[in-house]
Amino acid sequence: MGGFPILSVMLLVPLLAAVACLFVEAKAARTIALAATLIDLALGVVLWLNFDIGGPQWQFTEHAPLFAGFNYALGIDGIAMLLIVLSVFLMPICILASHSIEKRVSEYMAAFLFMEVLMIGVFAAQDLFLFYMLFEGVLIPMYLIIGIWGGQNRIYAAYKFFLYTLLGSVLMLIAMLWMVNEAGTTDIPTLMQYDFPPAAQTWLWLAFFASFAVKMPMWPVHTWLPDAHVQAPTAGSVILAGVLLKMGGYGFIRFSLPMFPEASAQFVWLIWGLSMAAVVITSLIALVQQDMKKLIAYSSVAHMAIVTVGLFAFNVQGLEGAMIVMLSHGLVSGALFLCVGVIYDRLHTREIDRYGGLAINMPKYALFFLLFTMASIGLPGTSGFVGEFLSLAGIYQANTWVTLVCATGIILGAGYMLYLYWRIAFGVQKNADAAAMPDLSLREWLMLGPIAAAVLWMGVYPESFLAPMRQDIAALDARLSRAAPEGDAHLVAGTPHAEAANAVGGTHDAGHGEAEGAH
Amino acid sequence: MDFKASLALIAPEILLSLSALALLLVAAWSRNSSRLVSILAAVALGGAAFLAAPALCAGAMGPDTLAFGGQFAADAFASFSKILIYVAAIACLMIAPTFFDRHDAMRPEYPVLVLLATLGMGIMVSATDFITLYIGLELNSLAAYVLASFMRTDDRSAEAGLKYFVLGALASGILLYGISLVYGFTGTTSFEGARAALTGELSMGALFGLIFVLAGLAFKISAVPFHMWTPDVYEGAPTPVTTFFSTAPKVAAIALTARVAVDAFGAQVDAWRQIVIFAALASIVLGALGAIGQSNLKRLLAYSSINNVGFILIGLAAATVSGVSAMLVYLVIYVAMTLGSFVVVLMLRTADGEQLEGVADIAGLSRTQPLLALCFAAMMFSIAGIPPLFGFWSKFVVFQAAVEADLVALAAIGIAASVISAFYYIKIIKVMYFDEPAGVVTGKSDWAHWLILGVTTVFVSPLGYLLTSPLGDLADKAAAALFFVA
Repeated sequence: MGGFPILSVMLLVPLLAAVACLFVEAKAARTIALAATLIDLALGVVLWLNFDIGGPQWQFTEHAPLFAGFNYALGIDGIAMLLIVLSVFLMPICILASHSIEKRVSEYMAAFLFMEVLMIGVFAAQDLFLFYMLFEGVLIPMYLIIGIWGGQNRIYAAYKFFLYTLLGSVLMLIAMLWMVNEAGTTDIPTLMQYDFPPAAQTWLWLAFFASFAVKMPMWPVHTWLPDAHVQAPTAGSVILAGVLLKMGGYGFIRFSLPMFPEASAQFVWLIWGLSMAAVVITSLIALVQQDMKKLIAYSSVAHMAIVTVGLFAFNVQGLEGAMIVMLSHGLVSGALFLCVGVIYDRLHTREIDRYGGLAINMPKYALFFLLFTMASIGLPGTSGFVGEFLSLAGIYQANTWVTLVCATGIILGAGYMLYLYWRIAFGVQKNADAAAMPDLSLREWLMLGPIAAAVLWMGVYPESFLAPMRQDIAALDARLSRAAPEGDAHLVAGTPHAEAANAVGGTHDAGHGEAEGAH
Repeated sequence: MDFKASLALIAPEILLSLSALALLLVAAWSRNSSRLVSILAAVALGGAAFLAAPALCAGAMGPDTLAFGGQFAADAFASFSKILIYVAAIACLMIAPTFFDRHDAMRPEYPVLVLLATLGMGIMVSATDFITLYIGLELNSLAAYVLASFMRTDDRSAEAGLKYFVLGALASGILLYGISLVYGFTGTTSFEGARAALTGELSMGALFGLIFVLAGLAFKISAVPFHMWTPDVYEGAPTPVTTFFSTAPKVAAIALTARVAVDAFGAQVDAWRQIVIFAALASIVLGALGAIGQSNLKRLLAYSSINNVGFILIGLAAATVSGVSAMLVYLVIYVAMTLGSFVVVLMLRTADGEQLEGVADIAGLSRTQPLLALCFAAMMFSIAGIPPLFGFWSKFVVFQAAVEADLVALAAIGIAASVISAFYYIKIIKVMYFDEPAGVVTGKSDWAHWLILGVTTVFVSPLGYLLTSPLGDLADKAAAALFFVA
């Protein structure tokens, strides 16, 4: 890319657009927002295409000493690149999904564009305090989005979201200050190689954990999520599920694991325990929900628990799986919220019982909804399968019992998702107004189509997504190897056969074949 | 040191006293000159700031800055505080006329009293002797008592003045008692002498002296447990006066406390540090909890100022150059945020000019007065310390200093408690942005108000970070001057 500061441009475009949105009317604001997010998407594609797989770990780096103690340092590795691409991919879709917003449109679009700036910044930041500022800054637009454009109980949800995540984050700031004081640098790549004393690691890890566990969210600090999801407008839910939750996982993979490997190993049972509890408990809670958004919100918590066990499996499969689950969940849960939004716009209720038999009058919608339902369950061929399989394969090497419990999440997931789908799309059309709803419009096609394509792509050929991050995951695995807990699976690689099972030719096989034929 | 050099060092004070006396005469001769007197007072303050600036830029410290046999120091630390105090006082002069005119209460004494109070504050921050300290403190306080009850016809204002006077006199008594103990056990009233005498183990009497002095000062900075007067006085006093109280005198009292702690009691850091830590944490928590139930904006901001004093004291508790520097940076940002917030309160008026102070009155302000609401929201997020607003930086430097001084536990508890205060700041934003408009704030605002609000909003916006380097440099110079003796 030469000297072109592509990351800065990606930050600047939505920032300028956000400011512009504040000064124009609703219709113009929609256009500006859509244009800006599409430009960012194009830049994201350029970013991906120019990402040098196998090249240096940190690419597209930019560095400028900005003000006392702060550096404007940007740069991405494969992990960050994929998450940035996910963010810019979801943003135009969110703008399209915000069609039903009618009050204070300019401010709404500005809030979303500010959010995009902060999200890209979080993943691209290479300075510890820059990261923190952006990480925290996300609270402001999200608080406003939930509070102004949310549903009935929006104020409670907005408060809960804000205070919960703020409380989680502030302790992390103290830990960061201590780290910088100790290591003498704010540079994230340097800190990732710095060995903090193990006794201090424990405290630092806990401080970071407080922040990321809330953001992730992990059971039992997940309770802000269902409220926030249910009350946020559709696009808000998509961003919340699609990108904001990934900040927690990104935090673990960027900070907790490489910076404090010993402490991570020390607390591995805490993570596993909470994740196992999350998988079983939130899945069971999801089963009894009457509200579509709430059900999907609880399923998010269960999926994020698969991410955390994968991350704390301390091996390549687990880490790769966790990343793929994050990307996949970003697409799938985003799409599911959009699906809910589509019918919510028509009937203005999220209550599952008010729908039924939608496959009859909305067949195209039912098809998309089915695809995303299956992807959420983890059907082979969809993105969900790849991620969950890799994660569970990773954790199997670390602990078989944890795998056993977490795998129930897939069964329970199939339970609540299929139950949801059955009640909404199948059966008889018991409500006349639901039966009269028209099928997908062009705008909705444009929202759901790209996500469906991405989900299938990731499911069929995950190599596209695994390749950019392989080197970074390997580096992380190498860093973690000194602390990795010994697994209980004791996997032994068998001696491989001389030929592949389906090989044709060779004397023995030929003779065998003849014998079969003679027989 | 000859007399001439001493007089040169107190040039800002001389200018302010002469202006105050001259303007008092003008005020006595013509009752309708209040606007002119205000402008002249502001000019005098600007001139004084100009005279104080060289010492700060040069980072003046050491014996050359001591006037009158070591009773008065015109070092970089004093200059930093003075300039901040003068600027805040100018802002308070600018916002006052429209408010008092509406109540037909504007008299030329107001700027004169502000000048006298500011003069007292200048003496406070320069004091290097307990006697100088007391003179400065009382000059400031006496002017402040009158200012609090400036609207004679308003019951609340009179009540605020009386309360402030009674409790302030009590605090002065405590302080004087402490000073007398310190004098008795050290045989000197100079900070330097006290410092030299208080080495080694602290005697019981000197310890009591230290505690009483700090208690008296805690009253002046309204730190818990000596904060009780603050909400009442802030609520009752006329809003421009409240603005003044929550900015300039606060800076002076905090700078004075820092000088007393670091200079006079510099050899006994461990003795006063625990007091400061307690006051800091108690202020943060009580300031936050007390504000939650408030329905009056001025009262709420009073608790917010108590809360902020707690964070400032964390910088002092570090007892290092970077700690004091962080404290000064915090003060600058705090003054800007407080000025902005109170100006917003001043701008809340009905169409016929009635002043509004209730939290409920600003419901839905974002739709009736979007710009005003945006500015106020920026102030609130900033005071709450949410990045990327500039208020975050103030908390950041303070906690950084605390962590560097190995006060990690203090920093962790302090920052966790800051989440409580975030609750009521975002409540204000909720009322403005999420609620249905109350539609009572319809009055037009004065250009002076808009000017100050605009400047402070730009300052607390992310653009403020551009100032971090110069601000940090100046604060470092000032802090280094304070620690020079050590």
